[in-house]
Amino acid sequence: MSEQPTTLPSRKAWSPRKRQRIGRGAQYTLLIVVAVVLASLADWGAIRQSFFNTQVAADGLPRLFTVALKNTVIYTISGYVVGFALGMLLALMRQSSVAPYRWTASTYIEIFRGLPALVIFLMIGSLPLAFPGLQVPGGVYGQAALGLGLVSAAYMAETFRAGLQAVPKGQMEAARSLGMPHMRAMVSIIVPQAVRIVIPPLTNELVLLFKDSSLVLFLGVTAAQVELAKFGNDQASTFASPTPILVSGLTYLLITIPLGYVARRLESRQRGKR
Amino acid sequence: MSTVEIRNLHKSFGQLEVLKGIDFTVEAGQVVCVIGPSGSGKSTLLRCVNLLERPTSGQVFVDGTELTDPDVDIDAVRRRLGMVFQQFNLFAHLTVLRNVTIAQERVLKRGRAEAEEIARETLEKVGLSEKADSFPAQLSGGQQQRVAIARALAMNPSLMLFDEPTSALDPELVGDVLSVMRELAQDGMTMLVVTHEMGFAREVADRVVFMDRGAIVEDGPPEQVIADPRHPRTREFLGRVLHPEGADDE
Ligand SMILES: Nc1ncnc2c1ncn2[C@@H]1O[C@H](COP(=O)(O)OP(=O)(O)O)[C@@H](O)[C@H]1O
Ligand SMILES: [Mg+2]
Repeated sequence: MSEQPTTLPSRKAWSPRKRQRIGRGAQYTLLIVVAVVLASLADWGAIRQSFFNTQVAADGLPRLFTVALKNTVIYTISGYVVGFALGMLLALMRQSSVAPYRWTASTYIEIFRGLPALVIFLMIGSLPLAFPGLQVPGGVYGQAALGLGLVSAAYMAETFRAGLQAVPKGQMEAARSLGMPHMRAMVSIIVPQAVRIVIPPLTNELVLLFKDSSLVLFLGVTAAQVELAKFGNDQASTFASPTPILVSGLTYLLITIPLGYVARRLESRQRGKR
Repeated sequence: MSTVEIRNLHKSFGQLEVLKGIDFTVEAGQVVCVIGPSGSGKSTLLRCVNLLERPTSGQVFVDGTELTDPDVDIDAVRRRLGMVFQQFNLFAHLTVLRNVTIAQERVLKRGRAEAEEIARETLEKVGLSEKADSFPAQLSGGQQQRVAIARALAMNPSLMLFDEPTSALDPELVGDVLSVMRELAQDGMTMLVVTHEMGFAREVADRVVFMDRGAIVEDGPPEQVIADPRHPRTREFLGRVLHPEGADDE
């Protein structure tokens, strides 16, 4: 009658501690087995020869930075500026009291959030068909800024909207009760606070855009306009070696890893402030 | 001409009728305190005076201008009204000084130097000159509220509206804010104050208005409304506010 329900008719029960140790041991074993199998399957000589070919890597060297990285940065930043302005405009339009503005903004955001960035870039080349005589100013640079701007604007608009909503309602009321017109209150009081709130997610967006700038290669660029991905790819076919692609990849990481770190720092600092 | 005149003011939120026909006036230089239970419509009344809420019907005049006229320039009227909120609502991204100058520059088009001079004078008046370069988050609630008062005063309003300015403060910080308000009253500022501070109302107010369930129940000098209320609802409310523990004793 007074039998404890927990004492099961015993197999040798392992203590939770022991069970945990065995589980961890199994995971390590699996890891080592996979590593050993991969290492024995790989052809190390060939890997060194093709992926870590220092001669091939050295050949691209000054231009890797002076042309490819420089262009990547230019495309990214100009796209970011366009996306930022358009995103802010869309976010404000979504709050407008004029209904067609709200519809336009929501429609844009729905469509462009759902489209692969690549499709947008493929469409950009066809723009003159729809608007004869329309030339995106700045050639490839202008097209790249437009393409990346269109890609990022929808995300930025959503981010800004969240930021605008995070500004307490009392801020607008205080501004209005001092006699500021709605627009003035937005510009001087609400938007500056919203931008502060969205700095971490916008830093992340910069990382995404830096990677998306590789899509510029679909615009058909000259040697002087080449960015990291195309640069690596062209070098790779010249030398019939994957090393340049690896080098390009590492150059992306050189920027994206520190930037991602900064974004996480900003994020945790902001969380601490609340 | 009265500074504020309200005629048969009604305000509903959807089905809920919050103000059920309010009539009253505030004369220039008067201090009028509005008291009443929570939810009786005091904030809504105040917010109708600067059109943070749109009245459903009725008329509101400020300095003879009808705010409820659809063609009125709201921003121009609001320039003449200072508003102090329960939650301070200082601009969080701006320094104390900038909080006090920004509307002067953007709305009144004063130059930077003039605006800063006026800001320093008003900050001096509320006893916070040394905090000019701090950010709101670095100040106590009482200090923030005094900055909020300075921010409104710097616009040279002809009327100051206060919505429970001390209700969000720790008890030991209430006194500083009330003494700033007392000085304002002595300087002849016209003030409409929603408050639960009966001591302040009794001492400073020219008139006390008791509101309950969206209507004005009593309106008169403090020695009458607070010390000798006519209406049972006023008596009951004051009993609760003035003697929170002994309310059920008799
Ligand atoms: N924006 C609003 N929407 C809906 N109801 C509201 C709104 N503002 C106030 N109310 C309601 O109106 C009533 C009066 O509120 P309020 O004027 O804040 O009272 P008081 O300041 O006297 O406490 C309350 O029942 C409140 O819930
Ligand atoms: Mg209230």
